[in-house]
Amino acid sequence: MAWFKRTKSHIESETKRKDIPDGMWVKCESCSEIIHKRQLEQNFHTCPKCNYHFRIGSSEYIEILFEKKSFKELDKKITSSDPLEFVDTKSYKARIKEAIKNTGIYDAVRTGTAKLNGHEVVAAIMDFSFIGGSMGSVVGEKISRAIDKSIKTRRPLLIISKSGGARMMEAALSLMQLAKTSAKLTKLAEQKIPYISVITDPTTGGTTASYAMLGDVNIAEPGALIGFAGPRVIKQATGKDLPKGFQTSEFLLEKGFIDFICHRKELKEKISQLLDLFKN
Amino acid sequence: MAKTVLEFEKPIIELEAKIAEMRKLADTLDIAEEIKSLEEKVSLLQDQIFSSLTRWQIVQLARHPDRPYTLDYIERMTTNFIELHGDRCFRDDKAVVGGFGMLDGQTAMLIGQQKGRDTKSNIYRNFGMMNPEGYRKALRLMKLAEKFEKPVITFLDTPGAYPGIEAEERGQAEAIARNLFEMSRLHIPIIVVIIGEGASGGALGIGIGDRILMLENCWYSVISPESCSSILWRSWDYKEQAAEALKLTARDLLDLKIIDKIVPEPTGGAHRNHEEAAMILKKVLLDELKRLKKIKIDKLIDDRVEKFSNMGVYSE
Ligand SMILES: [Zn+2]
Repeated sequence: MAWFKRTKSHIESETKRKDIPDGMWVKCESCSEIIHKRQLEQNFHTCPKCNYHFRIGSSEYIEILFEKKSFKELDKKITSSDPLEFVDTKSYKARIKEAIKNTGIYDAVRTGTAKLNGHEVVAAIMDFSFIGGSMGSVVGEKISRAIDKSIKTRRPLLIISKSGGARMMEAALSLMQLAKTSAKLTKLAEQKIPYISVITDPTTGGTTASYAMLGDVNIAEPGALIGFAGPRVIKQATGKDLPKGFQTSEFLLEKGFIDFICHRKELKEKISQLLDLFKN
Repeated sequence: MAKTVLEFEKPIIELEAKIAEMRKLADTLDIAEEIKSLEEKVSLLQDQIFSSLTRWQIVQLARHPDRPYTLDYIERMTTNFIELHGDRCFRDDKAVVGGFGMLDGQTAMLIGQQKGRDTKSNIYRNFGMMNPEGYRKALRLMKLAEKFEKPVITFLDTPGAYPGIEAEERGQAEAIARNLFEMSRLHIPIIVVIIGEGASGGALGIGIGDRILMLENCWYSVISPESCSSILWRSWDYKEQAAEALKLTARDLLDLKIIDKIVPEPTGGAHRNHEEAAMILKKVLLDELKRLKKIKIDKLIDDRVEKFSNMGVYSE
């Protein structure tokens, strides 16, 4: 689970970026193009020059995908109660408190009902900024309830994954969220309600090894890191250099684990098109 | 029987060696009383040490090189076992074994991660670390059991799913996710037993069932104490603290309602007596099978999904 180190460095670099005095300009992480923030927003937070997809949060996806004000959030304030009283160099309680303060959300996923091009859906969208998008009891429970809502209202389920995997500070309880969400998805499948999984940068560990890979249709954004073991762990375990493009969306498409890659600006249309196909 | 002796086992093993030595002299010397008192002392010491094991010591017991592995249990618990190989897609993963066997005359599908005892067999078994084809082989065997309405028993004992380049190419994550999904709705009773190390998704990939049992001296968590230490403490030196923080023992997991039952081990741990360990487990398995067989299959599956749905602790 080398994701954690990577997570940290990512958060640090993001904070650094925010520190640039003139906050209106952003540098593309891939091609170094300097882009105006408004231009970036208009371009769905992707680089106009090289198509690099910037990591965005649930609020941005809600804005990109759903009809205005149609997102009605569910179970907003479920929070972790630190069942193991986990302490490493810092207490888990303090980490949660800090994450809530910094992000304004209560855990690493937001769920709700929404309208996408006229389709009523149930959506769960992960936030990487909340402890690396890690999955603990709260993420598992919210996804589980979103599935219940899907079944009850017979609305298709949409999950946008962006996660470093299971949350270490809830140990075995986090691990069981893989089981919980996957088990719940069998009930959705039984009702023949479509589940579309959108996998974004990065999605690794337990999240990939549960709901992210279980969509009726798996869609990935271009260039996303998607895998089970993190690249660092694999390098360490095998002592081998990793092939170019290893664990990217393009690699997974080639190996047969996702159905197609979709540019963020076409995501809404593509999902809508799929839902039309399922419906008619 | 023990060939490897852990630091905290030393006083017990030394005293036992002394008793064995004295027994040799017992024919010529009148030391029966002395032997008896030493035996009592061993038993007391044993209880003392084993009732106050730290979590890290339990991790060490779970990894004890003399501990019984999946095939040791199968060999001792079943008759007519026939091992079945391959995922019918890519190849046979040696890190997992499976096949039909009989427990007291009832056929069951037995599947488990398999470690090796020495360097050569460990390389052959890939240290019990499965590749995607292993998860697919396990699923194929479970479906075979489902077809013939035979219960499935899985044995968890792995340091993790194999973190290799090819494993990722062949979809390690998809293979595990698929198993979690399919096992959740498999139309036969499933009993899961953690017999050694239960490391993360690699273990859970064959770990969905109606009853989750765990041997006394095992660990089961999202990450090993060493890796947890290296990530959260940025150093390999905090494995003991990490083990404590992770609450990864059978007792912890029973409290958290993640497992249903702790299976006792022979005095001094399963590695001290494979035969006894297998017989204790067999008896528990037969009891559980008997109970599960009485439940209608649709209810069994609803209960299974419900059981995992209830896992997690949060506040609202
Ligand atoms: Zn660019």
